[in-house]
Amino acid sequence: MIRLNINGTAHSVDAEPETPLLWVIRDNLGMTGTKYGCGIAQCGACSVLIDGVVTRSCVTPAGSVAGAAITTIEAMEHDPVGSRVVDAWVRHQVPQCGYCQSGQVMAATSLLRANAHPTDADIDAAMVNLCRCGTYTTIRAAVHDLAGGKGGAA
Amino acid sequence: MTLPFTDPGETPVNVSRRGFLQGTSGAFVLALTLPPAIARAADTAPAVVPGTRVPAFLAIHPDGAIHLQSPFVEGGQGIFTGMAQLVGEELDADPARFVVENAPVGPDYKVMNGTRRGTGGSASVRTSHLVMRRLGAIARAMLIAAAAEKWGVPAAELTTEPGEVVHAKSGRKLGYGALAARAMDLPVPAPDSIPLKDKAKFRWIGKSVPRLEVRAKSTGRAVYAIDAHVDGMLHAAVQHAPRLGLDVGTIRNEAALKAMKGVHSVHRLPGAVAVVAERFWHARRAVEAAEVEWIEPATPLPVRAMTADFSTEGYAAAAATAATGPGEVAETAGDVAAAFAAAASTISATYRSQMLNHAQLEPPATLARFNPDGTLDIWAPNQSPDGFLADIAQRTGLAPDKIQLHSMMLGGFFGRHFKYPTANPYPQAIALAKATERPVKVIWTREEEFLRDVMRPMAVVQLRAALDAEGWPTALEAVSATEGPSEGIANKRGEKMDAAALEGLTGKLYAIPNRKIAQAYVRTPAMLGYWRSVGHSMNDFFYETFLDEIAAKGGKDPYALRKRLLAGNKRLTTLLDAVVDLSGGWQPGPYGAPDGTRRARGIAMASPFGSETAVIAEVSKTDGEVKVHAIWQAIDPGSVVNPGLVAAQVTGASALGLSTALVEQAVWKDGKPVARNFDGYRVLRPGQMPPVHTRIVESGEKIGGIGEPGLPAVPPAVANALARLTGQPVRAMPFAVT
Repeated sequence: MIRLNINGTAHSVDAEPETPLLWVIRDNLGMTGTKYGCGIAQCGACSVLIDGVVTRSCVTPAGSVAGAAITTIEAMEHDPVGSRVVDAWVRHQVPQCGYCQSGQVMAATSLLRANAHPTDADIDAAMVNLCRCGTYTTIRAAVHDLAGGKGGAA
Repeated sequence: MTLPFTDPGETPVNVSRRGFLQGTSGAFVLALTLPPAIARAADTAPAVVPGTRVPAFLAIHPDGAIHLQSPFVEGGQGIFTGMAQLVGEELDADPARFVVENAPVGPDYKVMNGTRRGTGGSASVRTSHLVMRRLGAIARAMLIAAAAEKWGVPAAELTTEPGEVVHAKSGRKLGYGALAARAMDLPVPAPDSIPLKDKAKFRWIGKSVPRLEVRAKSTGRAVYAIDAHVDGMLHAAVQHAPRLGLDVGTIRNEAALKAMKGVHSVHRLPGAVAVVAERFWHARRAVEAAEVEWIEPATPLPVRAMTADFSTEGYAAAAATAATGPGEVAETAGDVAAAFAAAASTISATYRSQMLNHAQLEPPATLARFNPDGTLDIWAPNQSPDGFLADIAQRTGLAPDKIQLHSMMLGGFFGRHFKYPTANPYPQAIALAKATERPVKVIWTREEEFLRDVMRPMAVVQLRAALDAEGWPTALEAVSATEGPSEGIANKRGEKMDAAALEGLTGKLYAIPNRKIAQAYVRTPAMLGYWRSVGHSMNDFFYETFLDEIAAKGGKDPYALRKRLLAGNKRLTTLLDAVVDLSGGWQPGPYGAPDGTRRARGIAMASPFGSETAVIAEVSKTDGEVKVHAIWQAIDPGSVVNPGLVAAQVTGASALGLSTALVEQAVWKDGKPVARNFDGYRVLRPGQMPPVHTRIVESGEKIGGIGEPGLPAVPPAVANALARLTGQPVRAMPFAVT
């Protein structure tokens, strides 16, 4: 049994410690907002926050984050920064297919929690998840907007 | 231009009423409002006129919320919102009040020109917009009739405001929600008796109405096939044969696999081993540990067998030879031989493209459940529900009306979710659910997906042009050595040539009087498929990049050459000038930019899927790295339902086009794809994405497609800019791979 703290709730999970956190979240706990895309930390669809820092859950052993504060997309509308990010995503009409967007919202939330006014370079360094629909410039515009920069800048 | 969504072997099915009854939930919806007379008619008479039976599409709740069954699947293109706009416009209901779902299988939903259903070929709106508007108009008439009956006034005295019927004379108003139950019981009026709105009065069509599912997709609440869940469900992972056509021999460690934690059972499937477990991770861990002896079966599997020596390099070499032959002519005009004989000068070049994965971010997954009453529920990503359902019926022996296909939101598709004979997980999910007598969800890992995905075909094209003494082109010949996607899927050539193989070389609108476009068929052992913008995704690159070579040979400016070749074509001249204007005036360069880089611009056009496009791209190259700084794209789709969605699709298609131009390729060696995940298969990354500036030109011509047309002119515009910058021709994609 692994004890996990996810979105402020304690869970006891019957899984081996090496099980990727992604599959514990999706299968054991039935929270499917966090997505599987590649399984090797390449695409970022599985991004969650571990103690506030964006982390790729597909390569994170569940046992390694026992006791840490894990935050998933399901908690974003109740998170002061996350809810602003979600609102910006709606305002800028970011998602197309939407499959990568949970991870994109998590990456943006992590960035803005650490740095309320990121520069262009900060945004470029933080927003590296793949999007096959090509929403990259809209994502940048939404994050710029939240960073207090020029909305729509790309 | 082709509409590549017809499934091979698709047969009509008549699921009739059960389908849409189960497709909805909650009170006061279809199930309660469907008149028995309509249901009986569906069961006995095949003569359903698609898109006319209002209760099959619309349920209006007492609170005014409107549930719409969409004939088209949402996969990022925004079609749910587009459908809500079309129906809402004539219904007189705000699209924001719509909740849109994928419709179940049934004859009502074959709204594409009244005969077909499928999401592809950028065809949804252009084949159904009048039908869907008419549907909204019929529903409005029924609501008015219900109000007239209730108030005892003539229907002619009633009008509507968004969401309500109004009787101005008495000052009465009633919301649609209060009228719907009665309205849906009324006879559906003859569609032709209901006029459509004058477009000058459009309230929502033509506006950038916000997408309906954006918040759900920004909060993890959107549900894709990979997220489907039912009680008692098991999970399955598969290991496919390294080459199609091989089958399972012995599984050397089968006993050990069965003993692994969480494993429910180990299964042999055609060309694959599956492990079923209580958790996906256990299934995956076990199936990847399986030591499988893959054998050539005594009786060949009914698939296109991959050969052990196939490589994309080898295919390119064979194609290069074939392209020097005459080919089979698809399009011809004038007298090419005479034009070459009379030419002042000639130019020839060999171009090449690559194979591509779809690389949609959601790996394929399917959940299947056999129910105690003998029915089957299946949750599967698909672009053509009728074809999928017919195939499932055939595989299971179940009558079509015993199968409920849940067509899920797609985590990207780009052509990936057609019914391909070897590339969909649903046959495996069905087999495993049957074997285990439990619901089973199969997920293909990214590695298995890249092994079984169908490829965008590659081609080697021999191009030749004749120029007159003034440097203008008089003849153009292209012989493309390739296999078309439809040929690959069928695993044979059809009676007619595969139009999807050459589109973009064919169908060009430049006035070059003598031309010959031909295909030299070179069979690919790899499975092929449709990929966003299909043949156009590479053929406009060949044509438009070679056109710049012709311009250079004749001493002409690329923009001026295109203008001359389009003289008298008002639509395309307007479009070409629009993109030049959008980019601040034609300045091909090279020139120095304020950041110290040297830049150049290229221009290209395409005529894909009923729309017209023109693109200008700006590039620099520093330390061997090609950087695209901006893309300007003008698109003329005739007329527009939602400019915001158009801009989003043009941007997304530009990104995909840029990805293929710069970095993307599926390389095969020894009968296997070299890259099995995103570490080896490169796609466009955020830092490589330039701003895309879109201008919509509404010529008023017949309405064209939107999902794909933004792609084809991007690679040649970038290639032309790069050639301008470096002085070196760019003849192969991807061209920024170092």
